[in-house]
Amino acid sequence: MAELTYLQAISDGLRLEMRRDKRVYVIGEDVGVYGGAFKVTLGFQEEFGPLRVIDAPLSEAAIVGSCTGAALMGMRPVAEMQFADFVSCGWDQLVTVAAKQFYRAGTPVPIVVRLPSGGGFSGGPFHSQNPESSFAHIPGLKCVCPATPEDAKGLLASAIEDPNPVLYFEHKHLYRRIKADVPEERFTVPIGKARTHREGEDISVITWGAMVYTADEAADELAKEDVSVEIVDLRSVFPWDREAVLESVRKTSKVLVLHEDTRTGGFGAEIAATIAEEAFESLDAPVKRIAAPDAPVPFSPPLEKAYIPQVETVVQGLSELAAY
Amino acid sequence: MATETALDVVMPQMGVSVSEGTITKWLKGEGEAIQADEPLLEISTDKVDTEVPSPGTGIVQQILVQEGETVDVGAKLAVISPEGAPAAAEEPAEGPEPTAEPAPEPATAEAAAEAAAPSTAETPAPVPAPAAPDVSGNGKTFVSPVVARIAAEHGIDVGSVPGTGQGGRVTKKDILAVVEAGASTTARQEAAAAPAAPPAPARPAAPAAPPSPQPQVGGEQLEPMNAMRKGIAEHMRRSLDTAAHVTSAIEVDMSKVVAIREQLKAEYQRSYGVNPTYLIFVARAATDTLLHYPWINGEIRGDQIVTRTYVNLGFAVELADGKGLIVPVVKNAEGLNLLGMARAVTDIAERARNKQLLPDEVQGGTFTITNPGGYGTFHGTPIISQPQSAILGTYAVVKRPWVVQDELGEDVIAIRPIMNLTITYDHRLVDGALAGRFLRDLREKLQTWGEDRY
Repeated sequence: MAELTYLQAISDGLRLEMRRDKRVYVIGEDVGVYGGAFKVTLGFQEEFGPLRVIDAPLSEAAIVGSCTGAALMGMRPVAEMQFADFVSCGWDQLVTVAAKQFYRAGTPVPIVVRLPSGGGFSGGPFHSQNPESSFAHIPGLKCVCPATPEDAKGLLASAIEDPNPVLYFEHKHLYRRIKADVPEERFTVPIGKARTHREGEDISVITWGAMVYTADEAADELAKEDVSVEIVDLRSVFPWDREAVLESVRKTSKVLVLHEDTRTGGFGAEIAATIAEEAFESLDAPVKRIAAPDAPVPFSPPLEKAYIPQVETVVQGLSELAAY
Repeated sequence: MATETALDVVMPQMGVSVSEGTITKWLKGEGEAIQADEPLLEISTDKVDTEVPSPGTGIVQQILVQEGETVDVGAKLAVISPEGAPAAAEEPAEGPEPTAEPAPEPATAEAAAEAAAPSTAETPAPVPAPAAPDVSGNGKTFVSPVVARIAAEHGIDVGSVPGTGQGGRVTKKDILAVVEAGASTTARQEAAAAPAAPPAPARPAAPAAPPSPQPQVGGEQLEPMNAMRKGIAEHMRRSLDTAAHVTSAIEVDMSKVVAIREQLKAEYQRSYGVNPTYLIFVARAATDTLLHYPWINGEIRGDQIVTRTYVNLGFAVELADGKGLIVPVVKNAEGLNLLGMARAVTDIAERARNKQLLPDEVQGGTFTITNPGGYGTFHGTPIISQPQSAILGTYAVVKRPWVVQDELGEDVIAIRPIMNLTITYDHRLVDGALAGRFLRDLREKLQTWGEDRY
C-alpha cells in the first residue's frame, strides 16, 4: 500500500498497464513532452518512448478515430481528452464509429478515452462539464466515474482490459485533493459494480464522482441530528449497478439522487425512474434529485458555487427527506 | 383590490358577431379564494377559446353555469363575494358555505387519533404520542407505498397509527414502531401453553380469512384466541410455508460436560448466582460452531444469502404461567464465555418469564435454541424461527448403556450421560451434509472441550 493522490493513482495504473501489455499506448494533446495538461503522463515518454506516448494534433476526431483504427488492428489505445468538454469534437468517431463497430461488424473496439471532467475551480463553461449522461445514453459505450484513488486505479485497469470503448471520467477537482492508500500491485475494480461509501439506515444517497465527498460531508451533518445516511457510490454510470441501488432503497425507503451534471436528462433521471419502476412499494417519500441547474457552468466563483451542488444544499435536501 | 360587494361574472362579448359561449373549464371551485384578474374559467366560442379573469378579489361564492353548458353573452356565470361576507341573499339554498372546506379535516385527524388509542393502550413500550392534528396538508391521508405495503402485510389500519411525518403523515418508522410494539404486546399477553414450540412471532398475525364458525356444542368451551396465540399460530404456519424443514439428530456423550459442571456449579451459584445448566454449555459450544457454519447462522433474503460475523442466539422461553412462549435473544453471543453466557441467558429468561423484556430483545436473532429436554423428551422436530435457517433442539441427559473402549482398546459397555441434539434446518439453504457436519463438530466440542475452552 502506498498513499497516492487520485491523480497519482491514475498515473500509476496507466503506467502498470503499459508495462505489462505492449499493446497499450497513450495519445492526446501534449501528453508526451509536456506530460499532459494535468501531468498524468509525466515521465511516460521517457519510459515508453514517443511511439507509445504520442503527442497528437489538436483534433479529438483524429485522436478517437485513430484509436478506433488501432484497436481494430489489435492495439489497446488510451486516449486523453485534454478536458472532457472537448470530447464533443470526437463525438462522431466515438458514437457513430467506435460504439457501433461491434454491432455492425462483430469486431471489438477496446479503446479507453480519459476525460478530465467536473468543475469547482472556476474553469468556466468549456472546462468544467460532466458529460457522462450523454454517453451513457449511447449503446455500445461504457462510462466509469471513479471517486477514490483505489477505484481510479482499479477501474482504469478494467477499462483497458474491457473489449468495448470505455469512457473514463476522472474528476479534476479530486486530482490532488483526495489521497488514500492504494495497493501497489495491479488489481481491477469491476465495471458496473457500485460501492457503499457509507452505511446508513434512514436515507440513501445515490451519487458518483466528486459528489461522493459532498454527500459524505452532508451525511456527517445529518448524523448530528441522528439521521443515518447511506451513500452508494455508483462508480460506473453505464452499465450501472441497479441491484445495489435498489437494495439500498429497499432498506432506507428514502432516496436522494445527487450529481454534478445538469438536471434535465442527467443520469439521475434514469436512476430515479428505475427506482420508481422497481422499488415503488418500498418508497416512503418521493425520489429527490439534486443536480446543477440547466445552464452552462459559470466562471464567477460565487456563481459557480451556487451552480455546483454544495454541502449545504445536500444537507437541506436530506433534512427535507428526513422530515417528510 | 378586494371587492366590497358581491360581483357577478358574466359571459363576455368576444367580438361583434359572437352571441354565445360554452364553459369549457372552471379554474376555481366554489369556496376558493381568487385575486382580481386571476383566470377564473375557460370559455369556448365559435371564434376563440379564452380565459375569463375574475372581476375582483374575493371568494368564488357560487358557480351558476356548469362545464359544457352554452349560454348567451351577458349571462351570469358566477358570483364573487368579498372575503368573509355572508352568503348572498339570492339563491342561498344552492350555494354551499364558502368556507366549509377545512372543517372535516380536524375531525378526521381527531378521529384517527382516537382510533389509535385502543391499539396502543395495552402497549407498555413507548409509542410516539399522536401528533397534533395538522390541517395544513393532506399528510394524514397520504399513505406512501412502503407504508401501504407494511400495513397490508401486518393487517394494520394506517388511520390508527400516530403519524410524525410532514403534516402528520404516517412514516415508515411510525408504522414499524407499531409493528414492533405489537410484537412486544404479544409477548406480554397470556396465551395457551405450547412448551416445545419454538420461536415467538416477530409480528402479529395478519387476519386470515376465518372459516365459517362452528357453533358451540355440548361439552365444549370457547375462549377467544389472544394476540400472542394468534401470533404464534401465524408464525408457525408461515415458517412451514416458507422453509423446507428437515431434522437431523445426533447423540452426545455428556460425561465431560457433566464433570465440568459439577466442578463449576457451586462456585457459579455462590459467586455469581447463576446455574451453569447443560443448555449453557450447549449454547457456548453451538455459538463457536456456528462461526464456522455461516449459512446455518444465515438467512435467505430475496435471492441473496445473508451471512454474518456475529451470532445472536435466541432461546425459546415458556412464560411463567405456561400459556405461551417468547424467544429473547442474546446479542453477540460469540463474545461471551461460559460465565457470560450463563449470566445472559439467566437474565433474559427471567425477564421473559416475568414479561419484562424490551421489544429490541426479542428481535435480531440469527439462530435459535429450544430446550424441551426438561420434561424428559429425547427428540423433537421444532419449527424454524423465520427468517433464520436453523433451530437447535436440546433434550434430556439420560444415563444409557454406551459402548466405549477401555484402556486396552477393548469394547466395553459403560454407563454414560447421553443427550440427543437435533438440528432442524431449512433445506433451501442448508443441505443435509452441512447440517451433519455441524452436529458432528458440535458433538466433538461437547465431548472433548476442557473447562478452559468454555
